Amino acid sequence: MATAEIPYQETVPLHHPKTWIGKYVFSQDHKVIAVQYGITAIAVGLVALFLSDLMRIQIAYPGFMEWFVEDYYYQAITMHGMIMVIYLLTAFLLGAFGNFTVPLMCGARDMVFPFVNMLSYWVYLISVIILLLGYIPGLGGPTGAGWTLYPPQTITEGTPGADWGIMTMLASLAVFIVAFTMGGLNYITTILQARTRGMSLMRLPLTVWGIFVATFLGLLAFPALFVSAIMMILDLRIGTSFFMPAIVSLGQTLAHDGGQPLLFQHLFWFFGHPEVYIVALPAFGVVSDLISVHARKNIFGYRLMVWALVFIGILSFIVWAHHMFVAGMHPYFGFFFATTTLIIAVPTAIKVYNWILTLWKANIKLTVPMLYALSFVLTFIMGGITGLFLGNVIIDIPLSDTYFVVAHFHMVMGVSPILAIFGGIYHWYPKLTGRMLNDTVGKWHFWITFLGTYIIYFPMHYLGFIGVPRRYYENFDSSFYPASAQTLNEIITWTALVVGVAQLLYIGNLVHSYFYGKPAGDNPWGANSLEWCTPDTPPSHGNWGDKLPTVHRWAYDYSVPGSDKDFIPQTVPQGQSS
Amino acid sequence: MAEAAQTNQGPLTTIVDDWSSDVTTFKAVPWGKAMMWIFLLSDTFIFTSFLVSYMAVRMTQTDAWPYPSEVFSLEAFGTPVPLLLIAIMTFILITSSGTMAMAVNMGYRKRKVAVFWLMFATAMLGLSFVGMQAFEWTKLIGDEGVKAWQNPMGAPQFGSFFFMITGFHGLHVSAGVVYLLLVAIRVLRGKYDNTSFEIVEITGLYWHFVDLVWVFIFAFFYLW
Repeated sequence: MATAEIPYQETVPLHHPKTWIGKYVFSQDHKVIAVQYGITAIAVGLVALFLSDLMRIQIAYPGFMEWFVEDYYYQAITMHGMIMVIYLLTAFLLGAFGNFTVPLMCGARDMVFPFVNMLSYWVYLISVIILLLGYIPGLGGPTGAGWTLYPPQTITEGTPGADWGIMTMLASLAVFIVAFTMGGLNYITTILQARTRGMSLMRLPLTVWGIFVATFLGLLAFPALFVSAIMMILDLRIGTSFFMPAIVSLGQTLAHDGGQPLLFQHLFWFFGHPEVYIVALPAFGVVSDLISVHARKNIFGYRLMVWALVFIGILSFIVWAHHMFVAGMHPYFGFFFATTTLIIAVPTAIKVYNWILTLWKANIKLTVPMLYALSFVLTFIMGGITGLFLGNVIIDIPLSDTYFVVAHFHMVMGVSPILAIFGGIYHWYPKLTGRMLNDTVGKWHFWITFLGTYIIYFPMHYLGFIGVPRRYYENFDSSFYPASAQTLNEIITWTALVVGVAQLLYIGNLVHSYFYGKPAGDNPWGANSLEWCTPDTPPSHGNWGDKLPTVHRWAYDYSVPGSDKDFIPQTVPQGQSS
Repeated sequence: MAEAAQTNQGPLTTIVDDWSSDVTTFKAVPWGKAMMWIFLLSDTFIFTSFLVSYMAVRMTQTDAWPYPSEVFSLEAFGTPVPLLLIAIMTFILITSSGTMAMAVNMGYRKRKVAVFWLMFATAMLGLSFVGMQAFEWTKLIGDEGVKAWQNPMGAPQFGSFFFMITGFHGLHVSAGVVYLLLVAIRVLRGKYDNTSFEIVEITGLYWHFVDLVWVFIFAFFYLW
């Protein structure tokens, strides 16, 4: 397997910045770009968190905030959803984790095209700015169509931001896709073509596999969103009728005729469903590594874990219409898409069982990253099982547009990936900065966030079952559900406020530990994968000093019988134990 | 494993060996070329989304769809010849793929001047394609009254999709012309003398892709 050829990357000269700006602002170093992606994503995520708390206050105490009118509420819903899914989760998992881990774990000095990688971040920043331009006063505010942006209502008068807000949203998405493409091409080419000696694909840590498959999904799914964004902009500005049927609005016949609103939904969900896995697969990978490292045991069924990632990736392209069961499709379509949806449960269950079997009789260390990894598995099972409910047409129809759906997708693709992100940050922060994060604050942050999210989202399943509709500005007296639903809403709101404020603990921890944290050393967790084998901590420019590392084994040799330590790094030759 | 590969050299064995090896998965494929292939895969999905949307809207259309042989006919020697202009455009674009392939060949022989002129010819053929497209657009908009939002012959979506998809393809061709000229000039100036001429092949990949996409647009718009 080990070939004698010289890695191509050893012949490529590395870009060496000479100025401060070249080192830290317009940097081509993948680690700096990762931090830039991370900080921007967290900053814009805080905006979305703030919006969600505003919505919660409105739901629990209608009329308490008089200035928070209906339009603001719908704009908050839209911006919260879009920011969280695209600009926080996608950008963080692929932009920040992808940039940081891929070259380090593959044994590369940097991404293959560092300049394009740098552009990727700056274009992403531009997309965030364009998105927030929607809030400039005088333009009518951002769009309030809901993050799915369904036409015709999205661009019809009466929807907030139907004139300019939707333009900033669509333009921002198109720019984001350009940014993602530039980054994604880099990740994939680096993983395929720039690994170090001895690093075969089947020796890569699962984090890299998750990012690899997710990036492929992104490169193939975002085009559908890009195309629908272009078509909707044309409908809005040029007056074409791609998505707009003949409509009478406010007594006026609109100029549109003959378009197909369902087409947009198909395009959107052809992007939208793989998007769920773009967010979930890197989280799967990160959690697999965290569990193995902090349970001091090799990951159970590594090969099956890899193939499960690949099959989930492939299947995610043929399930999209399960988001459209109530849209008026042919029932046979529903049958097909329900079947494929339920088939996805098979590789997903393989992953969950393998995590649990990794924990079985392991030497579990309840460190903060481990707590997050365990909570991820629990939350993902929760959200995954409700997904089976919603994947069945006959159960989905009555549950559509109720809080059950809100509970399901927040559990499975909101809270779960966020928990994985937190876990990953606590895990890799020592390598990134050379200092440990504070353990006590970390545990407080963990328990408040974890228990809080359960108090928030668990009762929502119940709200959904009794029929409380989602996305309503105000729930008036309804005879079909009991008044106690409102009490539950108040409890959820108070918890959401506490959890929202508790995130300050985490931000404070990040900032404080950067200056005053306990020095971490090279390998505080006793982990095997390559990023812990760098000669410097934090890794210097070029990562590996003079010589690229040579890999002799997979990343999961923990607690090997007969070895003097309970971990054997990937750089240790076969037959030796340290 | 290496010995096994030598004794049993079937194509499947080679693929398995490559994918289970270290360092690189695609042997002897430069980074730029791998990246271009992956980009083109992504771009394929963009054009596929456009064309599938077009088919979906056209198939569910209740208004009349214009008859392509009449809309896209050109008067020659007093008689309307269906698809005359499009035939010439397609011929030109496919010819440009030929000159591009010759440029790649010359690149591997490091014959800089030949590469430059062949790439220049490719760019000029591309430019004439865009020029004829502009002529076709003018004719459609001016003479026949087809706009992106209206169509005197029936369904307005005809114009919408036509201008959007051929426009998006035209942008690809125009970008390709700029790309070709940049690379051609850099080849002539000796920028790649000390390295391989792989950039010529990478440019060629993009150009052939744009050409291939046109074949599909041609089939779905003009022959359906």
